[in-house]
Amino acid sequence: MAFLEVKDLEVEFQVDKKPVIPLKGISFEMNEGEVLGIVGETGSGKSLTAHAIMGLSAMSGGKIRGSVKFAGQSLLDLSEKAMQSIRGSQIAFIPQNPMTSLDPVYRVGDQIMEGLLNHADLSKSKAKQQVLDIMEKLNIPKAEHVFQQYPHELSGGLKQRIVIAMGLCANPRLLIADEPTTALDVTVQAQIVRLFKEITVSKGIGLLLITHDLGVIAQICDKVAVMYAGNLVELARIESLFGSPRHPYTQALLNCIPSIGMKQGSLAAIYGNVPSATDCPDGCPFHPRCPHSFSTCESTMPTLIQIEGGAKVACHLYQENQE
Amino acid sequence: MWTYVVRRTLLLIPIFFIISVVVFALIHMVPGDPIDSLLGPGSTAADRVELTAAYGLDKSLPVQYVVWLKKFLTGDMGQSIIEKQPVLDMLVYNAPFTVRLGLASLFISFFVGIFLGIISSAAKNTFIDYISMIIALLGVTVPAFWLGLILMLIFSVTLGWFPVSGSGSLSALVLPAVTVGLGGAGLIARITRVSMLEMFNKDFVLLLYAKGLSKPAIIFRHIFRNALMPIITIFGLRLGWILGGAVTIEIVFSRPGVGSMLLSALYRRDYPVVQASLIALTMAVIIGAFIADIMYAYADPRVRDAYK
Amino acid sequence: MVDAQVVEKKHKSPWTIILKRLSGNKMGVIGTILILCLVLVAIFAPILEPHSYKEQHIENMNAPPSVNHLLGTDDLGRDMLSRIIRGARISFVVGVLSVAISVLIGVVIGSIAGFYGGVIDTVLTTIADLTWSMPAILIALLLVAIIGAGLESVIIAIGLSYWAQYARLIRGQILSLKSATYIEATRALGASNYVILFKHLIPNSLSPVIVAATIGIGNAIVLEATLGFLGMGAQPPTPSWGAMMSNGTAYLFISPWVIIFPGLAMMITVLGFNLFGDALIDIMDVKNKESI
Repeated sequence: MAFLEVKDLEVEFQVDKKPVIPLKGISFEMNEGEVLGIVGETGSGKSLTAHAIMGLSAMSGGKIRGSVKFAGQSLLDLSEKAMQSIRGSQIAFIPQNPMTSLDPVYRVGDQIMEGLLNHADLSKSKAKQQVLDIMEKLNIPKAEHVFQQYPHELSGGLKQRIVIAMGLCANPRLLIADEPTTALDVTVQAQIVRLFKEITVSKGIGLLLITHDLGVIAQICDKVAVMYAGNLVELARIESLFGSPRHPYTQALLNCIPSIGMKQGSLAAIYGNVPSATDCPDGCPFHPRCPHSFSTCESTMPTLIQIEGGAKVACHLYQENQE
Repeated sequence: MWTYVVRRTLLLIPIFFIISVVVFALIHMVPGDPIDSLLGPGSTAADRVELTAAYGLDKSLPVQYVVWLKKFLTGDMGQSIIEKQPVLDMLVYNAPFTVRLGLASLFISFFVGIFLGIISSAAKNTFIDYISMIIALLGVTVPAFWLGLILMLIFSVTLGWFPVSGSGSLSALVLPAVTVGLGGAGLIARITRVSMLEMFNKDFVLLLYAKGLSKPAIIFRHIFRNALMPIITIFGLRLGWILGGAVTIEIVFSRPGVGSMLLSALYRRDYPVVQASLIALTMAVIIGAFIADIMYAYADPRVRDAYK
Repeated sequence: MVDAQVVEKKHKSPWTIILKRLSGNKMGVIGTILILCLVLVAIFAPILEPHSYKEQHIENMNAPPSVNHLLGTDDLGRDMLSRIIRGARISFVVGVLSVAISVLIGVVIGSIAGFYGGVIDTVLTTIADLTWSMPAILIALLLVAIIGAGLESVIIAIGLSYWAQYARLIRGQILSLKSATYIEATRALGASNYVILFKHLIPNSLSPVIVAATIGIGNAIVLEATLGFLGMGAQPPTPSWGAMMSNGTAYLFISPWVIIFPGLAMMITVLGFNLFGDALIDIMDVKNKESI
């Protein structure tokens, strides 16, 4: 059995008393210690996937359907209380925006400790020592001093590390990081990405990395899931995805990455916008922007199927070949 | 931090001057003459001139102000024209009653207001939310005097639990304090609810859930702690509201106090008394706001830093 | 969390949106109904009142509620229900007019302070802050003492007591809008100060003012009653709820209905304005909610 198994995960919100489904039944698996990247544009449902796995969508009034199996447990069937004991200890979360994700009125050290003390039966001094150890491992200079500081006194890079320290302090088996580098300077980004790689590899922690940055994906992921308008459109190992992308959306996405030595004017843009959850087109949601679309695409939603080479893709181009 | 406190304290001095000038000017715009109420029947024009001069009312306004201010700064607030006793003595006698009523109602406002505010924010848009918000609103939808009279009707007249009036015992303080306190509670409950709800949507709350904290821990340790800041600020600014309620409630329950002192002086155009009690009430409001400001700086590390 | 809000598609007029959102807000609907009732009662008072509001029947004074006089009679034998219906008019007029005065003064002072900044701003803001922190009842009392009792002076005094809140709101809005990109763009296109202030800044600053004014009408009605109780309000025989209540104080233990019913009428009315105003805060997505 896989370490993390997500099946037909769906989230529904009520907007003006009408159901809106921004996440439309996605499925994927992840092995222990693996690094899975989820990539997609803004509004594709990446963050929602993370929130749904952790049961956080319920906080904002979302209804979660489908199943999430983590280390043999079915998370969506657990009580809120049981879920609380998993959140922050077995599954840790690193939020999108470290600048605003810390409580402004408490010292950062206490905030890291709070999560630790919540899950482990530790004395305060032991907990503090553990936190300081993690802070040092994360290359936080003068950890003792930073421990005593308030969030507003820290730089963005430091806050990011604090938030990571929070995620790591309870030794989780799975780390879900939601765009952990977007709020940072490019130079700091590189550092943080390297740090992630080191930690997850050395500790054997599974990492679910959500990003819209294919560069970050290329650096650390084993597998990649590409999302579009609340659907998973391609799931492949990293070599396969970058080497021979199957879904037209993935191909378009890869064409958007500039590379050194590229001819001027050859950088492509994807025409149009991601449809919103309220007026998604019938059939394949990508068909209005797809250069290869044909009549079936406008009426039928393609399912995610295995193709040769181990990749999975949801596109009629490949389904036709199979039949 | 201390330099900030000192700076704010020094700022009270010009504020005092502005207030004293405005109050002085306004009071002398009130038509009618206190001398009228002093002159008995059959008094002559000469009596009037004499009395007017005796109280210094024949001089020009700026001169009267300077004379008044000089005396005020030495602690001499003048003589009550009607009561024939030093205004300072009257203030010293009355102020403790108002302070007691004020503090008791503050306590009730905070206690009830924060309680209702937290409950309704945690149960947003449920029946509980609606009920507690309506309870909170009741305090601001009726005049304080009406609420006081109704409470008196129920708890003093019908049930006989508390005295109808008076100021001696603690039980005499209950109804007035509850009346004034409920008005303030409505205000505080609404601010608490709004600022708590605002906090629920902050990014850091999502992370708190993700850390596996329980809802009560998140609400009390984090959301409420953060929501407390706007509550303190607004509270400092609206302290006057609560004090305004105390002024009328003293009349309702025939309690001594600065409010009833002010009103009876206002009816009888007793300038020195009106002036002194208005300034006392005003300065109380401003000093309250000042204390709230300091508390605010103390409660929020970001503000504390800005004042370093 | 944001995903739920991605929607709100297709352009509708702002009024349609407001109405639609209002209908989804239970408290807002209750508030609207209460206000509509008040307005209807105020308009049709002469038709609705079962008796004359001023006819005295000394032989039937301080009569408890009965079939003929549903809410009893007062110390002059006048029908309480009719007087309360009549009083709705007065309360409504007092509330709306005095808030209109406050808003007018507040908008003028607030926009001058916010737009010009500098020393003007410091002086005006200090005055507004001082006024706002004062108990309105004290300001109003002093003003009524100066201009004399009566309904007109009560309206003016209440108007002058509450302006500071609107000044603060408008100033805050204008300050935050002034640096908005579209205002800078307008300025770059050569628009005059006048055009920027009156065509752009003030209209776009009004939504918190509208909300505050709605709740302010309720506050003004309550303040009128308090002034009445302190003997500084509308004078008899004006059937204002405040005057009726203060009149009833003397008979509290003999005929409590004389004071209870006008108070309940006021409670329901003011509750209406508060609920409606609170709903508007959500509906119009007002920032700076605390200062309303």
